[in-house]
Amino acid sequence: MKAKLMDFDKALELFEPVLGFEVHVELGTKTKMFSAAPNPAHPEFHGAEPNTLIDPLSLGLPGSLPVTNETAVRYSISLGLALGCEIATSCRFARKNYFYPDTPKNYQISQYDEPIAFEGQVEIELANGRQFTVPIERAHMEEDAGKLTHVGGSTGRIQGAEYSLVDYNRAGVPLVEIVTHMIFGAEHDAPELAKAYVGAIRDIVLSLGISEARMERGNLRCDANVSLRPRGSERLGTRTETKNVNSMRSVERAVRYEIQRQAAILADGGTITQETRHWHEDTGATSPGRPKSDADDYRYFPEPDLLPVEPSRALVEELRAALPEQPVARKRRLKAEWGFSDLEFQDVVNGDMLHLVDATVAAGAAPQSARKWWTGEIARVANERGVEAASLVEPAHVAELQRLIDEGVLTDRLARQALEGVMAGEGSPAEVAEARGLKVVIDESALVAAVDEALAAQPDVLQKIRDGKVQAAGAVIGAVMKAMRGQADAARVREIVLERASG
Amino acid sequence: MEQAPSELTRLPGHELATLIAAGDVSSVEATQAHLDRIAAVDGEIHAFLHVNGGALEQAKAIDERRASGEQLHALAGAPVAIKDVLCTIGMPSTSGSRILEGWVPPYDATVVARLKAAGLVALGKTNMDEFAMGSSTEHSAYGPTRNPWDTERIPGGSGGGSAAAVAAFEAPFALGSDTGGSIRQPAAVTGTVGVKPTYGGVSRYGAIALASSLDQVGPVTRTVLDSALIHDVIGGHDPHDSTSLKREWPSFTAAAREGAASGSLAGLKVGVVKELDSEGIAADVQARFKETVQVLTDAGAEVVEVSCPSFAYSVAAYYLILPAEASSNLARFDSVRFGLRVEQQGQTVEDVMAASREAGFGPEVKRRIILGTYALSAGYYDAYYGSAQKVRTLIQRDFDAAFEQADLLISPAAPTTAFKIGEKIDDPLAMYVNDITTIPANLAGIPGMGLPMGLGDDGLPVGLQLLAPMFEDARLYRAGATIEALLADGWGGILTTKAPELAGGAA
Amino acid sequence: MSEITREDVQHLAGLARIALTDDEVTSLTAELSQIVDAIATVREVAGDDIPATSHPVPMANVLREDVVGETLTHEQAFAGAPSHDGERFRVTAILGEEQ
Repeated sequence: MKAKLMDFDKALELFEPVLGFEVHVELGTKTKMFSAAPNPAHPEFHGAEPNTLIDPLSLGLPGSLPVTNETAVRYSISLGLALGCEIATSCRFARKNYFYPDTPKNYQISQYDEPIAFEGQVEIELANGRQFTVPIERAHMEEDAGKLTHVGGSTGRIQGAEYSLVDYNRAGVPLVEIVTHMIFGAEHDAPELAKAYVGAIRDIVLSLGISEARMERGNLRCDANVSLRPRGSERLGTRTETKNVNSMRSVERAVRYEIQRQAAILADGGTITQETRHWHEDTGATSPGRPKSDADDYRYFPEPDLLPVEPSRALVEELRAALPEQPVARKRRLKAEWGFSDLEFQDVVNGDMLHLVDATVAAGAAPQSARKWWTGEIARVANERGVEAASLVEPAHVAELQRLIDEGVLTDRLARQALEGVMAGEGSPAEVAEARGLKVVIDESALVAAVDEALAAQPDVLQKIRDGKVQAAGAVIGAVMKAMRGQADAARVREIVLERASG
Repeated sequence: MEQAPSELTRLPGHELATLIAAGDVSSVEATQAHLDRIAAVDGEIHAFLHVNGGALEQAKAIDERRASGEQLHALAGAPVAIKDVLCTIGMPSTSGSRILEGWVPPYDATVVARLKAAGLVALGKTNMDEFAMGSSTEHSAYGPTRNPWDTERIPGGSGGGSAAAVAAFEAPFALGSDTGGSIRQPAAVTGTVGVKPTYGGVSRYGAIALASSLDQVGPVTRTVLDSALIHDVIGGHDPHDSTSLKREWPSFTAAAREGAASGSLAGLKVGVVKELDSEGIAADVQARFKETVQVLTDAGAEVVEVSCPSFAYSVAAYYLILPAEASSNLARFDSVRFGLRVEQQGQTVEDVMAASREAGFGPEVKRRIILGTYALSAGYYDAYYGSAQKVRTLIQRDFDAAFEQADLLISPAAPTTAFKIGEKIDDPLAMYVNDITTIPANLAGIPGMGLPMGLGDDGLPVGLQLLAPMFEDARLYRAGATIEALLADGWGGILTTKAPELAGGAA
Repeated sequence: MSEITREDVQHLAGLARIALTDDEVTSLTAELSQIVDAIATVREVAGDDIPATSHPVPMANVLREDVVGETLTHEQAFAGAPSHDGERFRVTAILGEEQ
């Protein structure tokens, strides 16, 4: 059932949207937050069989005890610093008590009144050039829950399921929860701000190297709080909390949807229920979850099995000194370094491809080539399939594809075919080219003729090769590749050069 | 030297271990003697919930290692009983609860692993109040344990099984756990010795948690030296327990030997805690205590009176902190990953959890979970749990001040001798108040020892409690061994040798 | 003094996930009021100037190196499980949403 929605512009005329976000980041440590079981959010343990990354604590076995992961603490401090937060001189863990089958101890170890980081801000630049500061209330450490699979019923959803299966691999994965203060003044930009904020957190986390930050894998999860305040009123409206938003596009859509839905209810004289809502990617709508009630009495108390964490100022300063630059500053720098035009750069930013282009450049591609791949062919396929570009291909593979073109192994046309294979999961570009027989085919006799011509033009080089200085062949190979306009296999050219020179 | 099997069970643990180490007695013989004793008397006592079917095999393995010339630990081959609160691979670990009936853990508690590594042979698992909630072992889901001195009476609790096993000569050594007196109070009412170490001195990993900030595992034996020997094996830092202390501990065995040899308490300042020697303490217990103070004075100790005014609030603080932590610790018993599941067609998992917990927990456990849930719930936290934690600070300050004046504090270990089974079961509050003498040490984290100081008017054991400052466990063993020797001189042997013979145990 | 009602006990039992019988609710209502009266004395001495002690031995920064340790096998994990499918633990239908 789809709710009644008000036109977005009309909604903004009548109401001011107030936003708030809770973003959970899974840290990519080797082990869990409080035990030495392997962490499924670490690349080494991706795709493990259910209930294999578990130890007594992951199952909440009687007698098991937590011990805090030092690397997770360091990562959390770095993240707090990157969010401009103060780092607590002393902080501690608390138990959040609630029963749920994915929570093995039936309490979550989290931080309550003493988070490790508090009071920061994130600078954001929107597509229209608008600068925005998102105020951060706190960032705290906690542990993830296990995963439920609902079986029976029609949809695989919780409603109507006959039974559920629980995998505790994810139970205990280290999380940092980043909570914003209420965000005022976003106005028409509210949906885009939501997306840009999550993007900024993602960029910060990636630049710190503390998480893979893949939303589709749940490394980064966003709960979006939205309320509306009637124009001219001082009083804040009732908020809803939308969960299960697992792509940046969805964050934007979900915020827009909630603004339109709430506006329609309020305009009809209705009231908003304070509740958790779930985002449905397929229908593009939110649906109500549990209403908030006194059942949410989490009975927090200090975790007696753990001791306070007191980061030394020396450690904080060490981690501060190692911080990468802030996203806005980074954008400015990259634009200058890459030499993109305003239009070209905006294209990359709007497509949320800055980190992808950056990673591709880091893997050896020229900035313009990297940009063309991502905003061109890959964006086209992503659009067509309605998925995130990042989920299609690894930046390193894009760089490899470009290298194969630069070396003359593939033409542009063949490279696009190779990309298709890479996106289909057939392997790296070189593997796909090999398997699909995509290598540049050239007339052998034309190559031999070109080699002979180049050798004749550089008799001194020929002599050097004959004297055994094989590395001198490079000059001849270059000349041949140039003559063949790059569409020759450099390795084969080398073979022919050595063959003809000795013959 | 030839020993009749029945005599082996009456030897103090250290003597039995010495015979085994010398090759005079094999571990198989020692283990068999205790298994025979269990078979003979445990029908009457019910100290054991599970007897280890692999005990003789483990004993044999130790004998073979010794025969092959391997250097073994001084206690290797000696039998030991383990409180059911501790996780043991291959033996059910139920914490006295129906909800864990038959549950066999896939891992050993650190203390159990250390006993194994030293070559001790586990005889089995001992009975206890469900999840260690109680002072009488009547709250075990598997029926009460009986006091070997009078089988109509309670053996104390929660570790009544371990104390009774040791008192009835079913085991020379046992492990207990002490959250508010569960080692010291059973020792007092069974005429045995039990030690609650400094909090963090012994690992809690694999001990099924009652109240995490109060629980501590410790030894239960018939002599002070035997407790020291076990403490030396199980103690020390464990990286699996965040609250475990990283310290170099002195040898408690050496301290106990020195104390027993010296025969003098000259230079020792002993504080009598005024608040633990008055109201609610039975007349015969007070009388034995006075006599003991005189023995201490005669042995050269300087006895002073100290006051700990905040102790008046200790029972109240304890019965807030314990239920609060327990309500959270016991939340994991939800029928999903382990334990009892009670299920009916068409029920949701929420219903199944609630029905399983209703069926699996006994009345005392439910009472404390509800109380703890109340103490932590919104709007009450500051008034109850928060205030209780402040009382903890006050009690620590009282101890700090008292230990300015005295090296050791003494008090009766329990207000009365063992009461009759069923006598207090319907009056939880009366049962709670009984813990007044032992609770302050848990709230402050300091070490304490319970040891015999004679018999009451009813002929039942009366216990003395020694308390030492944080980290000074060795002081307990040194003074405890001296006091034990002085009192035994007066009695003509340690107190447990005076216990009446059990019907099934006549050799 | 402390007014603990049947409804309070039922609410607490809900939070603690215990399906108490009516008789249990009745007896716990009486007992709890009595116990709470007795333990409420802690409030008398808990002044604002007194710090709370949540842990008897003051320590901090007990941290573990990020090194993988032993894991449980499926056989170990499921040995005590009331219901499982060989890979996952099995529970009946869930009513409420995730927290």
